[in-house]
Amino acid sequence: MMERLTIAERQQAMLLSGGLALVGLALAIVGRGDAMGVHGWITMIFAGGLFFVVGNALYAPAPTDDRATSYYDDPTKVGILISLFWAVIAMGMGVWVAAQLAWPDLRFDAPWSSFGRIRPVHTSGVIFGFGGNALIATSYHVMQRTSRARLAGHVSPWFVLLGFNLFCIIAASGYLMGITQSKEYAEPEWYADIWLVVVWVVYFVLYMRTLARRNEPHIYVANWYYMAFILVVAVLHIVNNLAVPASFSAAKSYSAFSGVQDAMTQWWYGHNAVAFFLTAGFLGMLYYFLPKRAERPIYSYRLSILSFWGIVFFYIWAGSHHLHYTAVPQWVQTLGMTFSVMLLVPSWASAGNALMTLNGAWGKVRDDATLRFMMVAAVFYGLSTFEGSFMAIRAVNSLSHYTDWTVGHVHAGAMGWVALITFGSIYALVPILWRRESMYSWKLVEWHFWLALGGTVIYVFAMWNSGIIQGLMWRTYTESGTLAYSFTDSLVAMHPYYVARTIGGAFFLTGAIIGAFNVIMTIRKVHEQTPELDYPTKSEAGEPAVPAAE
Amino acid sequence: MSVKERDPLTGHETTGHEWDGITELNTRVPRAVWFFVAVTHVWALVYWVFMPSWPLINTYWKGLLNYDQAIVVEEKVAKAYRELDEWRAPLAALSAEEIREIPELMAHVERTAPTLFGDNCAACHGLDLAGAPGYPSLVDDAWLWGGDSETIMETLRVGINAPHPETRFAQMLAFGRDGMLSRPQIRTVVDYVQSLSGLERDLPAARLEEGATIFAENCASCHGENGQGIQEMGAPNLTDAAWVYGGDDETMFKTIYDGRQGWMPAWEDRLTKADRMMLTLYIQSRATEGQP
Repeated sequence: MMERLTIAERQQAMLLSGGLALVGLALAIVGRGDAMGVHGWITMIFAGGLFFVVGNALYAPAPTDDRATSYYDDPTKVGILISLFWAVIAMGMGVWVAAQLAWPDLRFDAPWSSFGRIRPVHTSGVIFGFGGNALIATSYHVMQRTSRARLAGHVSPWFVLLGFNLFCIIAASGYLMGITQSKEYAEPEWYADIWLVVVWVVYFVLYMRTLARRNEPHIYVANWYYMAFILVVAVLHIVNNLAVPASFSAAKSYSAFSGVQDAMTQWWYGHNAVAFFLTAGFLGMLYYFLPKRAERPIYSYRLSILSFWGIVFFYIWAGSHHLHYTAVPQWVQTLGMTFSVMLLVPSWASAGNALMTLNGAWGKVRDDATLRFMMVAAVFYGLSTFEGSFMAIRAVNSLSHYTDWTVGHVHAGAMGWVALITFGSIYALVPILWRRESMYSWKLVEWHFWLALGGTVIYVFAMWNSGIIQGLMWRTYTESGTLAYSFTDSLVAMHPYYVARTIGGAFFLTGAIIGAFNVIMTIRKVHEQTPELDYPTKSEAGEPAVPAAE
Repeated sequence: MSVKERDPLTGHETTGHEWDGITELNTRVPRAVWFFVAVTHVWALVYWVFMPSWPLINTYWKGLLNYDQAIVVEEKVAKAYRELDEWRAPLAALSAEEIREIPELMAHVERTAPTLFGDNCAACHGLDLAGAPGYPSLVDDAWLWGGDSETIMETLRVGINAPHPETRFAQMLAFGRDGMLSRPQIRTVVDYVQSLSGLERDLPAARLEEGATIFAENCASCHGENGQGIQEMGAPNLTDAAWVYGGDDETMFKTIYDGRQGWMPAWEDRLTKADRMMLTLYIQSRATEGQP
């Protein structure tokens, strides 16, 4: 991989990783005696390792061919593999936390294995580790192909990918050590947050610079969504994590907001993490890989415009629906609820646009599990956005809030939509990236598809049942006007559904493991085949900009 | 590049752009989409007019209905309490014996008490009231402080070893750790105490006698000369089959060596008198269920 970097770029990479290792050392010294010190050591080992890997190949031969005649896919490949690694780890954690809810003793006699610590490892691992890496990797692929231009830079893509993973490692290891600022999906402490800002700004600059050198007159829809994802996540992350460290030598910090403002900021962030991380980014994926795989034109460009602007405009208002019937003023709740409902039509317009694109390709959906992954993802996207708008209505929320219904809703989105579109995209992408004829085994893709779909359905149905029963038990009164059930009664009623949820999750995890195996075997065993026209070109006839070095 | 083509399948024109083989049709937005955009927006508009919605400079639009969730919930809570107090007031005023004579009141108790117990007591004493090591069973008819209704009401009110000024106080001393008894002495007295509740094994008479002496000198002041406990001090009866922490060798050794100090919260500030009365009646109604 190093052979595609010039010597100057390798030196640049060494400088960056060496500098980061020194920062790690400084953190380790300043933060000794605190968990932050451990993170200093982790940073130093991570960056120091990179320093030596690059240094080892510093004087290996420099690239001889003209790099502008090909796409830069090395960071994409590594990103896909890391994403699959996180998928297995984080979904495994998910099955474990699910099992702990059914059998609370299923833990070691140690703090790190308690529910409160491994649950964020699951959520951050899936959202950021699996989803985030898949988004970064596919965005590199998609922006190059739809711009017909090579990535703008060779060090910065690595900086973004590896820097982001350092953040993920610091997050996950911090949870196990008990570090959290207790903001859901924004648990890591101040130094990790600052690091992510640096990484994310570099990502944004890289994306804009690559788009700026595009050879297409227009910017494709997928890129609108990726850009919205990168830009808005930066804004959300910075604002929600504004905090004052209690000391610069320890992890603890205090949020800049308090009380109702803090809750409102957190859920403005939390809901838009769903909107711009888990929706906009993955819609970018959908808009490239689905028409590509189906070989059909996008059903309607006008619908794309309507849904894009609808989604980015309405979503940003909807966060307060997480705080219905709380101390948040009612007018804020009203806005959250009404904007959530107005959001429904643009959301369905994108799901509909995706499904209508498949007209003329339904035979392929039947035969090709990869495309079927994407089709079912679009269906689940439609289902969960409908459910989301529905649950945002105050009267519905009074039943659903704080129950497992919310958990089921999130997983319909995370498993049915986010993970399925990601796996579909990975199966479409891997043979192209590694120049392979096809995936190692289409039967394993089928197995993965049915396990993932089955697991999702079991999970979601279990949580619907559990959540609605729970909500009803909590609000049932006796003739005397007193509560009919104790909280413990509702827990006893949940147990069978928690067992079912664990089984559904285990199905899903098994599918992910099969997928990871299939990808590795594709890379190792399948014959090479160079796809046509997979290089940057200014020519409309599809000739390379410069004669390709054969 | 801007060559508009017609898609043979749908008959719609493309926009004329192409990205890596992907094209887009210029299909117009279906009427249904515009219809539902209109429906959701009109609904939102109407909702804004009637309900609290947009912020103004230093206040907010209160809505034509003048609906305020805080006022609504306060009214609902007040109404619920008014209704509850119709039957909770007599529960707080009458004695347990008197309440048992009034079927209408007992109906309220029977409906409410199990949930009250489940939400407040079951975490320690178990949903089945059978307790757990360290948390006494409430169905074995063995009482540390007494099982009559007045005593139970008082235990609920002040708790045991709780931060309440009038709390019940009881402590099993750490005879081993504090050097009052040696390890062999503790083992001997364990054997003796076990023999009191019929757990007797084949033990030499001399050992039992030695145990009895140790017991008389160290334990009898709280647990009574014959080991039947003293309820005024919360000292358990050692001659029955009920154990708070356990009657096996290991547990008893630990109990005598390290001492024990159980803890029950005081409920005076957390439950109303009527609630405590309901719990008392409920506990009494089930007190003998689990008797061996």
